[in-house]
Amino acid sequence: MLLELDEVERAFGGVRAVDEASLQVARGEVHGLIGPNGAGKTTLLNLVSGLLRPSGGAVRLDGRRIDRLPPHRIAALGVTRTYQNIRLFGGLSAADNVVVGAHLRRDAPLWRWMLMLPSAGAEQRQARARALDLLRRVGLEARADEKAQNLSYGEQRRVEIARALASEPRVLLLDEPTAGMNPAEVASIAALIRGVAAAGQSVLLVEHNVKLVMAACDRITVLNFGRVIADGPPAQVARDPAVIAAYLGGER
Amino acid sequence: MTAALEDLWLTYQSTVAFVGLNGLLALSVYATLSCGQLSLAQAGFMALGGYTAAILTFHSGLPFALVLLAATLVPSLAAVPLGFPVLRLKGVFLAIATIGFGEVVRIVFVNLEFTNGALGYTGVPQRTRVWMIYAALAGALFLLWRLRRSRAGYALEAIREDEPAARTMGIHANAYKLSMVVLGAALAGLAGALEAHFTFMVAPSTYSFARVVDMLVYAVVGGAGAFHGPVLGAAFLTLLPEVLREVGSRVGLQPGPLRLFVNGLVLLLVILFLPNGIVSLPQRLRERREARRPGAARAG
Repeated sequence: MLLELDEVERAFGGVRAVDEASLQVARGEVHGLIGPNGAGKTTLLNLVSGLLRPSGGAVRLDGRRIDRLPPHRIAALGVTRTYQNIRLFGGLSAADNVVVGAHLRRDAPLWRWMLMLPSAGAEQRQARARALDLLRRVGLEARADEKAQNLSYGEQRRVEIARALASEPRVLLLDEPTAGMNPAEVASIAALIRGVAAAGQSVLLVEHNVKLVMAACDRITVLNFGRVIADGPPAQVARDPAVIAAYLGGER
Repeated sequence: MTAALEDLWLTYQSTVAFVGLNGLLALSVYATLSCGQLSLAQAGFMALGGYTAAILTFHSGLPFALVLLAATLVPSLAAVPLGFPVLRLKGVFLAIATIGFGEVVRIVFVNLEFTNGALGYTGVPQRTRVWMIYAALAGALFLLWRLRRSRAGYALEAIREDEPAARTMGIHANAYKLSMVVLGAALAGLAGALEAHFTFMVAPSTYSFARVVDMLVYAVVGGAGAFHGPVLGAAFLTLLPEVLREVGSRVGLQPGPLRLFVNGLVLLLVILFLPNGIVSLPQRLRERREARRPGAARAG
C-alpha cells in the first residue's frame, strides 16, 4: 500500500474528531473519503499532510511512518494537497502560485541566480513553462498572469490543483475540489482526477458531490463522527445500510 | 568654482551619508518583513556591528575591509541562536521578544566597563567614506533584487502570504525565516560599523528602541512590498528635516518640535492614503487616472 492510515486518532479536548480510522490507498487509485458534515474528513487530511499530529495510531507512506514529520518533509516524500477553504497565495499570479508549488522539483542553486548565470535564467523560464503547462491542464492558461485573488471561485480551486500537481506528488489530497463549481466544471475535474490516477499518482478525494465520487473513485471510505463506517467499491458502499442511515438519519 | 563645490559637499556630506546608512538599516528591517515577520532586534544587531568594528579598530591592526567583514559576521552569528527559539513566535509576540533582545544588548554595553559603559567609545577614526556606504547599499539592493525572482524569493513570498500552505508545498519555512533574520542582522551590523567610523563614536544610546522605530517607519513610509521602498522611505525621511530646517528658520520656527510633528504627520498620511508606501504612488496615480477616463467617455 502506498498510503496507509492505521487506527489514526485525533482528539480536540473531549471530542474525537478522528477515532481509530484506518484506510489504505493503493498506487494509482482514486480513493474517495465521504461522510456527513463534521465527520472528520478535513481533520484526517490535516493529519496526513502534517498540519496536525495524530494523538494515536500511525500514518505510513510506502511503509514509512510520516505522522511525526513536519509538513514540508511530508511534501518532500510526495504528499501534497488542496484546501477546502482555498489557500492560494492571493497576491501572486496564477502562474507564480504554480511555480511555488514546484518548489521541490526545482534545481536552482541561489548562487547561480545571484551571479546571473544563463543556466539560472533558463531554469527560471523552464519553471514558468512547466507552470503554464499545468495551468493548461486545468484549463486556465488564459488566466496565467491574473492575480490569484482576482480569479473566480472555481478558477481558484483549479489553480490550487495545478499548484499541488506541480510538485509531482505520489499522493494528491483533494479537499472538496468541486465545491462551488457548475456541472461542466465538475465534469472536467472528474476527467482531470482520472488522468492523474492514470499517470500512476494516487488521489485521496474528500467530496460532497455524490455523482463525482461514484464516477471517479475506485474505492470509497465513509466516515461518521470520526469513525470509519464503511469501506469498499462505490457500488457496494452505496448499498450499505450504515451509510444510508448516516446520510439519511436512520433510526436505531 | 571647485572651491564652492567643495564647500557644498562639506555642508551636505553628512546628510548624504545618512541617507545611505538609513537606507541600509531600512533594508535590514525589510529583510525579515519580506517573509512576514516583524523583528525589532535590528538596533541590537547594529550595536553588535558598531562595537565589534570599534573594538577591532582600537585593539587590532586589521585593515578596514576586514573590520567591516567581522562587524557583519558577528551579528549574523548572534542571529542564529536568537532566531531558533524566537521564530516560533508570531506577530506581536515576536516583536516583543526581539525588542527584548535589542534592549538586553544595549544594557550589556551600558554596564560593560571594557567598552567604557554608557559613554562608549569616542574618537573612533573616521575611515568610512561616503562611497563605501553607497557601495554597501548598492550591494544590498542587488542582493534583494535578485532574491525576489529566485526560487528562494518565491518561497519567501509564499511564506508571507500563507505559511501553513507554503509548508505543505514543501517549503522549509523556518529555515527561510532564519536566513532572512541572519541577512537582516548582517545588514544592520554593517551599517553599525560604517556609522561608527563616520560619526567618530559608538555609544549604547545610539542603539535605543527609538532607532528601530525609525527604521521601521522608513520601511512603512517607503513601502515594504518592494525591495526599493524602504530605501526611498529612508531617503525621504532623512532629507525632510533638512528641508524643513531651511523652511522653518525662514518662518521663524524651532526646528526640533517641527521635525517630530512632520514625521508623525507623514507616517499618518502614508498609512491612511498610501498603505503600500511611497513606491506605490505612481501606480496609485495611474489607477486614479484610469478610473476617471471611462467617466469622461460616458460624459462625452
